[in-house]
Amino acid sequence: MKQPDSIPSDKQHLSMTVQRYRPEQDDAPVWQSYQVPYDDSTSVLDALHWIKEQQDSSLAYRWSCRMAICGSCGVMVDGTPKLGCKTFLRDYPKGLKVAALANFPIEKDLIVDMNQFLHHLTALKPYLIGQPSSASEPNRQSPEQVKRYQQFANCINCGLCYSACPQFGLNPEFLGPAAIALAHRYNLDSRDQGKAERQPALNSKNGVWSCTFVGFCSTVCPKGVDPAAAINQGKIVSTMDGVIQWFSPKQLDTTPQEPTS
Amino acid sequence: MRQLKTDILIVGGGGAGLRSAIAAAEADPTLKVTLLSKVYPMRSHTVAAEGGAAAVTLQHDSLTAHFEDTVAGSDWLAEQGVVDFFVKQAYQELVQLEHWGCPWSRQASGQVQVRRFGGMKTERTWFAADKTGFHILHTLFQTSLKYPSIQRLDEYFLLDLLVHEQSIVGALAIDIASGELLRIQAGSVILATGGAGRVFQFNTNGGIVTGDGMALAYRHGVALRDMEFVQYHPTGLPGSGILITEACRGEGGILLNKDGYRYLQDYGLGPETPLGQPQNKTMELGPRDKLSQAFWHEQQQGRTIQHPQGDVVHLDLRHLGERYLLERLPFICELAKAYVNVDPVRAPIPIRPAVHYTMGGILTDAHCATSIQGLYAVGECASVGLHGANRLGSNSLSELLVFGKVAGEQAATHCNQVRISDSVLQELANKAAEPIQRLRQGDGTEQWADLRQQLAHTMEQGCGIYRDEQGLSASLQVIADLKSRYQQLKVGDTSLAFNTELLHALELGFSLDVAEAMCQAALLRKESRGAHQRRDADYTKRNDQHYLQHSLACYQAGQAPRIDWQAVDTSIMPPAARLYGGAAKPEAASNTEKTK
Repeated sequence: MKQPDSIPSDKQHLSMTVQRYRPEQDDAPVWQSYQVPYDDSTSVLDALHWIKEQQDSSLAYRWSCRMAICGSCGVMVDGTPKLGCKTFLRDYPKGLKVAALANFPIEKDLIVDMNQFLHHLTALKPYLIGQPSSASEPNRQSPEQVKRYQQFANCINCGLCYSACPQFGLNPEFLGPAAIALAHRYNLDSRDQGKAERQPALNSKNGVWSCTFVGFCSTVCPKGVDPAAAINQGKIVSTMDGVIQWFSPKQLDTTPQEPTS
Repeated sequence: MRQLKTDILIVGGGGAGLRSAIAAAEADPTLKVTLLSKVYPMRSHTVAAEGGAAAVTLQHDSLTAHFEDTVAGSDWLAEQGVVDFFVKQAYQELVQLEHWGCPWSRQASGQVQVRRFGGMKTERTWFAADKTGFHILHTLFQTSLKYPSIQRLDEYFLLDLLVHEQSIVGALAIDIASGELLRIQAGSVILATGGAGRVFQFNTNGGIVTGDGMALAYRHGVALRDMEFVQYHPTGLPGSGILITEACRGEGGILLNKDGYRYLQDYGLGPETPLGQPQNKTMELGPRDKLSQAFWHEQQQGRTIQHPQGDVVHLDLRHLGERYLLERLPFICELAKAYVNVDPVRAPIPIRPAVHYTMGGILTDAHCATSIQGLYAVGECASVGLHGANRLGSNSLSELLVFGKVAGEQAATHCNQVRISDSVLQELANKAAEPIQRLRQGDGTEQWADLRQQLAHTMEQGCGIYRDEQGLSASLQVIADLKSRYQQLKVGDTSLAFNTELLHALELGFSLDVAEAMCQAALLRKESRGAHQRRDADYTKRNDQHYLQHSLACYQAGQAPRIDWQAVDTSIMPPAARLYGGAAKPEAASNTEKTK
């Protein structure tokens, strides 16, 4: 059989141990080791392709873009959540262990159930709420105003931060880093007037207050998003909401927006 | 077999599918809209588009200029009525996306910023840093959550369309997580399944871009139009083919051969522009087909650079400076460091052409309708007629917005359920399930990975940047052999849940049909136009007398397709020489006089 182009057969090899779980035959996940050829450019994803094409066609994993933007290929590499396509074998010369993302139910091999993640991600009205300044022309937004929310808009929904989050591991109802960062992204957008609609869920027990500020979510983010900062800023907003509610007869929903420029 | 009834079924959760879904939901909130995709929507390949989306924006720009650039870029094979409609709608669609929250890059004044792009006469490409497709896709996905009538089927794989008496009645899909089949009855179906770049070896595309929707419509008798026109993006990374955006050159990046020479000036794109002063439609801002062809010639003449993963040239961005690069091209800096260990601030990026985009696709009219009643197609899987023989960078993101809206509205207007008995529908579904059942029971000796590799290899060999009769015929022979070996496929994985080997086998079946249509159309287009370049002595020039026509590949079971020809709408701007660089200036002026 032909070798895939990216990994010629005369390369050096290392041992990659992969977590396998075949729901129709395994009671629990098992480990399986493969001697994988690699060079300087071989990613964990390339190595999984090599196993699937050369050793065991039943190996299951998600992937698509192989350029760290589609968010499909999150796995645990030696216990740390990583994108398979942006993690290279050259950095693990003594071998490596690849497993399904932690804190999610395993469906098959390296594929986890993302439904809870999707549920949280879509729960906090993550879309612009408000009327444009003109029906036919763009709103104005200065580069500084873009900068306020931009990093939180860079989330690729890969779920690594949920694997890193001890709170999500204990309580799957916790909305979690990506969902809170996304809500925060819209709350910070000068074009948005939806903060009051998002705040009750953010303030709830499964919102920002579930976070114990371990900060591992931000460490593992492959795109430099800082969800821990979003959550912490959310706590400040949430506290302010509480204070305002305490001293004001108004309901939360009518709390005026913070200045946007 | 599970069952589902819906009004509008949209297949594909990328930009075109999501825009269609929103348009359909807005057109009639009482209709049930079902968005089915083999991946979660935000994984769709729209996510990887980098550079931007085109629309006439600046005071000194004009719709006529965008029209002319697109038609000349297409080497006069675009449908001019369609282009005219497109350029008029594009701006409003980008504004709509702004109103939905897309983080477009801004000027200090707060107005939207535009950048230069290849083949465009002036700056008109809106961008969100160098992750425009990512931001468009996520903005559309998040906005789609506002509409309760849109129900998603994430990680469902389309097996076949259900067609009764030339009308669409639904589709058959498989739930990837469970392996269960799902019969969907629908009043109208929109295919938004993306391109087919994965049939080639070196490509910028995600693994999911395998031509699924194209192949299914084609097998049901809808013609595939202009399939010979496959775009090589001039700047992919060696080995992987990962995309390095054209915006690098829009911002002033230059291309150098092994002598450090800006070789594009030798290919009708000069005169050389001063460093840091890019000029529209000149040198590095020429169109993609011409730049990829120039690379091929440099390689033939031994002037490319040897890299561990093949021949490359250099894309040099160093003169732009660290601050500007991190503001305008942060993703490119990240990609170059991760995948070729190059910091663009300090060293040039090695690049080579890689297959990027299928200009051709499912034949539709200007309203995205196919020849099957109730079946629509939009985005890269479709040929609405915008791109002709060569697409201009940043026209396709605008296309999926403009025509996504059209497709969604049309599907909503014409989604009358065809009267069909349950037993007839079930019969259609059972027949549609036969191929997957054959694959599940197949006891042959052939491996999916082996056949796919050979397909990608022969496409690169015979149907690449330059083609000739011998190479194309050889590739067609290989494809015919692969199709017969495909009948002997053995799927080793017999499980139901997440059987990705089975899905790859199905995708390979789609890819084989699409690849065959590409090669057959390329073989019979005996001229050179846009992205289709023939080396055969008599075919090296454009031949308007015989080939100012669209090719239509019509499916024939068990053999290569029949190729029919269709007239091109050239009613607004008559064919002329396609000129860039210094040569274009007098020509451009006279074209403008001739038109509006």
